[in-house]
Amino acid sequence: MTTTLRLGTPGMPGGPAVTSTSVTVTVDGHEVEVPVGSTILEAAEKAGRRIPTLCHHPDLPDVGVCRICVVEVTGQRALQASCAYPITTPIEIQTYSRRVRQARQTIVDLMLAEHCGSCQTCGRNGNCELQDLAAEYGSDHFRFGQRTEPTRLFDTFGPSIRRDMNKCVHCLRCIRTCAELQGVGALGVIGRGDSTTMSPYLTLPISDVVCINCGQCINRCPTGALQEVDNTDDVWRAIEDPTKHVVIQTAPAPRAAMGEEFGLPPGTPVTWQLNSALRELGFDKVFDTNFSADLTIIEEGTELLVRLYENLVLGDHGRPVPQFTSCSPGWIKYLEHKYPEFAPNLSSCKSPQQMFGALIKTWYAQKNGLDPADVVSVSLMPCTAKKFEAHRPEMTDSGFPDVDVSLTTRELGRMIRELGIRLPDLPESDFDDPFGTASGSGVIFGATGGVMEAALRTVVELVTGGKVEDLFDHADITPVRGFEETRYAEITLPDTLGPVPPLLAHLVPDWDWLRGVTLKLAVVHGTANAQKVMEDIKAGGRFSECHFIEFMACPGGCLGGGGQPIPTSKEIRSARAKAIYGEDARYGETGRVRKSHENPAVLRVYEEFLTDGPCGHTSHHLLHTTYTPRGAFIATPSMTVPATTNATTNAPTNGGAR
Amino acid sequence: MTLATIEAEQGLRAALALDPAGVVATIRESGMKGRGGAGFPTGLKWQLAAEAVAPDGVRYVVCNADEGEPGTFKDRVLLAELPDLVFEGMTIGGYAIGSHEGICYLRGEYVYLLADLEACLERRRAAGLLGPDVAGSGFAFDITIHLGSGAYVCGEETALIESLEGRRGEPRNRPPFPVVSGFRGAPTVVNNVETFAWAAAILARGADWFAHIGTDRSTGPKLLSVSGDVQRPGVYEFPLGVSIAEVIEAAGGHDAKAAIVGGAAGTCVPARDFGRAISYEDVSTGGAVIVVGPWRDLLEVAENLQWFFANESCGQCTPCRVGNVKLLEGIRALRRGELTVQQLEDMVSLGQTMRIASKCGLGQAAPNVLLSIIENYRSEVLGHIPVGAR
Repeated sequence: MTTTLRLGTPGMPGGPAVTSTSVTVTVDGHEVEVPVGSTILEAAEKAGRRIPTLCHHPDLPDVGVCRICVVEVTGQRALQASCAYPITTPIEIQTYSRRVRQARQTIVDLMLAEHCGSCQTCGRNGNCELQDLAAEYGSDHFRFGQRTEPTRLFDTFGPSIRRDMNKCVHCLRCIRTCAELQGVGALGVIGRGDSTTMSPYLTLPISDVVCINCGQCINRCPTGALQEVDNTDDVWRAIEDPTKHVVIQTAPAPRAAMGEEFGLPPGTPVTWQLNSALRELGFDKVFDTNFSADLTIIEEGTELLVRLYENLVLGDHGRPVPQFTSCSPGWIKYLEHKYPEFAPNLSSCKSPQQMFGALIKTWYAQKNGLDPADVVSVSLMPCTAKKFEAHRPEMTDSGFPDVDVSLTTRELGRMIRELGIRLPDLPESDFDDPFGTASGSGVIFGATGGVMEAALRTVVELVTGGKVEDLFDHADITPVRGFEETRYAEITLPDTLGPVPPLLAHLVPDWDWLRGVTLKLAVVHGTANAQKVMEDIKAGGRFSECHFIEFMACPGGCLGGGGQPIPTSKEIRSARAKAIYGEDARYGETGRVRKSHENPAVLRVYEEFLTDGPCGHTSHHLLHTTYTPRGAFIATPSMTVPATTNATTNAPTNGGAR
Repeated sequence: MTLATIEAEQGLRAALALDPAGVVATIRESGMKGRGGAGFPTGLKWQLAAEAVAPDGVRYVVCNADEGEPGTFKDRVLLAELPDLVFEGMTIGGYAIGSHEGICYLRGEYVYLLADLEACLERRRAAGLLGPDVAGSGFAFDITIHLGSGAYVCGEETALIESLEGRRGEPRNRPPFPVVSGFRGAPTVVNNVETFAWAAAILARGADWFAHIGTDRSTGPKLLSVSGDVQRPGVYEFPLGVSIAEVIEAAGGHDAKAAIVGGAAGTCVPARDFGRAISYEDVSTGGAVIVVGPWRDLLEVAENLQWFFANESCGQCTPCRVGNVKLLEGIRALRRGELTVQQLEDMVSLGQTMRIASKCGLGQAAPNVLLSIIENYRSEVLGHIPVGAR
């Protein structure tokens, strides 16, 4: 067995690639064999020894800065950070000694001395890595004092993320997440010594920089320094107001993860119990975002076919190919900042959240004799960027905000706990009509590759007139599934194609131009990977020849979203994906529809409301949108916040600063 | 001063007459250890860099001229008076390890030297001592100067490399060491200004000459920056192994209470130990000897130095970022008479942890002076603690 070893801290220019095999390490007297280049942390794990960590995160390159994981390496004067020490020669390690014990306790006590904020009032109370370390290694009092007055920035300017630097323990996970996992680079380190702090460029508020609101930093913050902007009070107020008709739509990814908020193992779906909980909470109607995911597929699939026809047949290069998906608001803002020139490639479709909201404020309100002003449209999303999306000024085509409040999985988990009910014990109940019916295609939107698979199921059937099962067993389009950084797939259409279905007849005369054509497709998740693909497209590489590319801002897609339960790791995301694909498969087993264009509720919307069809006038007005080329530098004359000293007093009072 | 008497380019000519391995062997035989203070054998460092796998065959020679240690100024004098000797030493180092590119990382505050140093490099290029064909040997080598921006931590070699690469000057984890993976991931030798100057001298005068000066384990002469409560502060040259008393006497220090040897990151030696030797095996120093007069409050000295570290910590690792602030707060409380004995013990425990758990030499050395004061002047320190809190 050979292993390629990168000498050097990951993320930095590595040393020479050394090809070697394995090395024997002695951990607390036990010999273990590990691949050359393994860290001490990995070797200890193999030897069954748990070493405490804080700055280490399985998704991120290690930096070895918190020093809680220090161990003895025989022959070395100083202790070594086990997460950042690559083993290249046989060494002897002691994970525990008097020196190690004293160092760990001192380091935890120093963290507690630096950290300002009380556990009782913190959103991470009970799920905080600093609390855990203090319980295991700290002493019985604040040996080095405790800060009681906030002196650092509490940035509450954005609609999605709030940053309380008083609680920061300088693990640099947020910075590594933003720069290396996501390729965004909205955060950096400023200052030196005691003044060191994590900050956006020029200490601007997070809302005024290239932050895409993906919230991946929140998912990896060990403390309460980074949290979502909490909108639960807005929802409670609406529910408690008898004049308001409050509806909620729930996306598939939170349903696959909400169980984790109640102690269930990752990958335990709680979709139907959640419906009961939402009714207990007092929502008037509980809808399924999968319905509008199906609607999105019809609109986006139609747009794709029309775009291909106009571009490839009519030669209209104003409709550039490949078409990029537009469901992920993190990805949208990323493109607006980093690749604004590619905005015409984005599908003009609103995301399922916004499409749903637009229908609630129009068709649904009309049908039920409600004044849209009295309808409060809430969404449950796995995502912090959805809060930003709901705030976008263009998302008000009906004259009202499509979505009034977007909640993350974590926020709704808190609301349910506050109500005093145990979610897993609730009886199962169904979604409400008229948006209650969804297809399995809508469900898989929650996983990377899901939008692509759902779109293919529909596009292939619309074009061939046949069944997608003829091409893929059980309609499982496995080439686009998985967690690889990027996936590329080709699907060759048959030589015989069907007639253009009546739904699309006003847009395309025939499918002759698609006979035997090979559709080139790609799936990308995580914006760092998106950057690679975009650079490839700019350079005229393989991805520039694609017809359709699915982009999701978050690793793993929506199931790994920034609003999902903490912690996150590859294993947890895989478990959630299994729950999502399992739900899709159950749709098939129980005889429910699995393809968006077969969803009767969606077809009914086109019959009753969107009567000029997909991509027609009404749909364009309500379900499609435009984008804002932003660029990398944002010239907002917005307030600059001082990095230190009572910045909170400068915060606007409506921002929730305290 | 010996270095001023070395004949120009004699060392370079001698080096080019040998093969690179021969140059490394000469430095190894001289027994020279790094003059920056850490005391790693220079010949071994060069050998490791020469033997390291270099992708694309690229290696770098970096001169650490970020002389930021409080109380140290001998590199500044060398750069001002003998820049040719330093650059000659860098060129010899480049030849020895197979590098064609040298970088001199100059302390930001030394910007006033920049024009003269650039002029020196230009003269050397014109004289064929730098460039595609150094002294007609076919060996190509050139040197550029990179200006620092005033961060003390950039004197730490991996932070210096980070800074050279355009990032925040923050120390890296080691391993890998720069000789294996340094600037841009290539094998890199980082040596102090004085080390390069002595390397040129060793090639000029021979390894034996150098090895016979000093002690067995600390060979050669050493430049010392002597300052503080002395009549004649300045740069002095002594063979390693010299006693602290001799150094203080040469500079005209009378009745000294203590000497801070090694600068802020060094150690506080009490007068009763002035017979100890300045050497790698006894009291090690990069060159700073700060003499403390009998009227000084040592805790005032400690507070001054701890304040320096609290401000110069890069802020990366917990023990250094928070620890220095806590030590500083502790010293201030002690001076106000508001510290208990238990809190003093906690400070000592904290200092011990900083020494072994900090990420780099800055944090590891930061508590040294304070800990040595607490150890050597225990009664004076305890005298600051109110009777009821003892």
